[in-house]
Amino acid sequence: MTSTQAAPRGVDGVAPAGTSPTDAARTPSPALKALGYLGRKLGLFALTLWAAVTVNFLLPRLMPGTPADAALSKLAQNGPVSEATKAAIEAQLGVPTGNIASQYVAYLHQVVTLDFGISYTFYPQSVGELVSAALPYTLVLVGLVTVIAFVLGTLLGVLAAWKRGTWLDSVPTLVGSFLSAFPYFWTALLLLFFAGYVLRLFPTSGAYGPTATPNFSVEFLGDALYHGVLPALTILITSLGGWILGMRNTMISTLGDDYVTFAEANGLKPRTIALRYAARNAILPNLTSFGLALGGVVGGSILVEQVFGYPGIGYLLFNAVVNQDYPLMQALFLMITVSVLIANFLVDILYGVLDPRTRR
Amino acid sequence: MTTSLPPTTAAIRAPLSPAGEAPSAWKVVARVASTVWSNGKSRIGLTMLAVFVLLAIFAPLIAPYGASETGFDRSADASAAHWLGTTAAGEDVLSQLLYGARISIFVGLVAGLLSTVIAVLIGLSWGYVRGFGADVINFIVNLFLVIPGLPLMIVIAAYLSGGGIGMIIVVVVVTGWAWGARVLRSQTQSLRSRDFITAAVFSGERPFRIVFRVILPNMTSLIVGNFFGAATAAILAEAGLEFLGLGDSTVVSWGTMLFWAQNSNALLTGQWALLFAPGLCIALLATSLTLINFGVDGISNPRLREGTKR
Repeated sequence: MTSTQAAPRGVDGVAPAGTSPTDAARTPSPALKALGYLGRKLGLFALTLWAAVTVNFLLPRLMPGTPADAALSKLAQNGPVSEATKAAIEAQLGVPTGNIASQYVAYLHQVVTLDFGISYTFYPQSVGELVSAALPYTLVLVGLVTVIAFVLGTLLGVLAAWKRGTWLDSVPTLVGSFLSAFPYFWTALLLLFFAGYVLRLFPTSGAYGPTATPNFSVEFLGDALYHGVLPALTILITSLGGWILGMRNTMISTLGDDYVTFAEANGLKPRTIALRYAARNAILPNLTSFGLALGGVVGGSILVEQVFGYPGIGYLLFNAVVNQDYPLMQALFLMITVSVLIANFLVDILYGVLDPRTRR
Repeated sequence: MTTSLPPTTAAIRAPLSPAGEAPSAWKVVARVASTVWSNGKSRIGLTMLAVFVLLAIFAPLIAPYGASETGFDRSADASAAHWLGTTAAGEDVLSQLLYGARISIFVGLVAGLLSTVIAVLIGLSWGYVRGFGADVINFIVNLFLVIPGLPLMIVIAAYLSGGGIGMIIVVVVVTGWAWGARVLRSQTQSLRSRDFITAAVFSGERPFRIVFRVILPNMTSLIVGNFFGAATAAILAEAGLEFLGLGDSTVVSWGTMLFWAQNSNALLTGQWALLFAPGLCIALLATSLTLINFGVDGISNPRLREGTKR
């Protein structure tokens, strides 16, 4: 694998002509290389961020109809709408005026100042207030559970690949592929029905009891934890399978690599080969999938939050969509996209730290 | 196991040999099918999928009642007349379940095929070209990969409210092709440096032919696997969107069944069959496709075939 990436490429402009082309003279220092890698990734991140922000701007404009049309067609069901009403509604909903370029500038200003206006549904609360109230719940729930699922799934995947052909392989693989086929909302409905309604083990909705007010006291955190068990369990059950299968597959292909055979021939302990040789290399592609799968987990959490009435970002997005609350919807979509982008950027950086080859 | 080895070597040689000597398409399909069938997990998956497809095709003959036929007792428990009970609107759950299979299989098939075609076209040409063009595609694909699929689907579906199944398929394809394109690109990149591609280039083949007649056959298992993966994702996404009430909620599908079940408080009335059955069907259908993929891996990678030790 490394043989195809011959000697490290020197920076041609830097190396003065005529010097002996030894590797030491032509290779920039490791620190400089790391900095270059970070700079490249940062530039790409900024570009992607800009593109995502622009997609969020273009999306409503590419779609047929405007929010005002939707509101007007609702009104029109009750009788004809006068021109004055139409103008009033358009003004109230902030139908964009001016050409597309000035709209874009105004939008970018909104994004930079995080001012997304007033929500239609939860009038007179601002979109910013709603989002910042919902964000902590989703961040803690999805973030924590995803990391737990990744670690657990990866370990099971290593085990399955190492014990290939035994029950330690077939049971996690089969159960994993069955569980990963579970729709998020169905797992949520089942847990809610059996653990919530039938056995009455856990509360059936919300993130905290009806009498509690959010603060950082021990009682409140305990209450929040208690309410979070079922949503967390749903995400864990549904996302675990994917990690097991992913790790198992990459691990199987690294086990076939020559360096593993070489390690075996050298008489290293099986455990050492499995963990320190094969698993260490197999985890790299899985780390990339981790960043990408995060988007899927965030998507799944929308369904989970809807079922459990859990007041996070997903539940808010669902409410915004149902009530055609376009400002809230746009802000939430941007929020979700940017969070996933940042997570992916961090994974990229981590990848560069773990795998020196990518820094070249 | 040894009998299933020849297909791979044949598949690699086939495109290089003159058209007349290439094995017929039917022979290739038969070999691929037997390779997939030889894997125990795939065999279970194929059998499950076949049952679902048959149930969907013959739904009008098997179903005891019409899908939207109302007028029975509302929210009834299971009985001899209604094996899985009735919905809150007085429809037969079993009949809805059978007809619902049609929507899921249709969406899986169409959306899976469309996103695979896009992934193949983009992934292969992207893997073969070099320079600025590749960088631009790289950026676009990464953008589509990183933007979370379901939230994007939900937002698009909200703007296109009431579009029905067609809208759902479009949304699923738009958000779902990028993963396959990326996987196929990396494989194309690794194949294009192999000797047999260099040989094809020196023998004066045009790039189009090299990409689609020489490289493509070597990626059969990836492409087939991508199809099943995309179909699974499409089925789950369709059910999710309909569960949120973002599709056409008058269509009888597994997703809308659960949407109505939740909205009519089936949790409180304790109708577990209404909650359990549609979700189980979605899970089983998706599992069958995942299981088939275990055998698909073996089409062009003998290492992954069942029973072969590493």
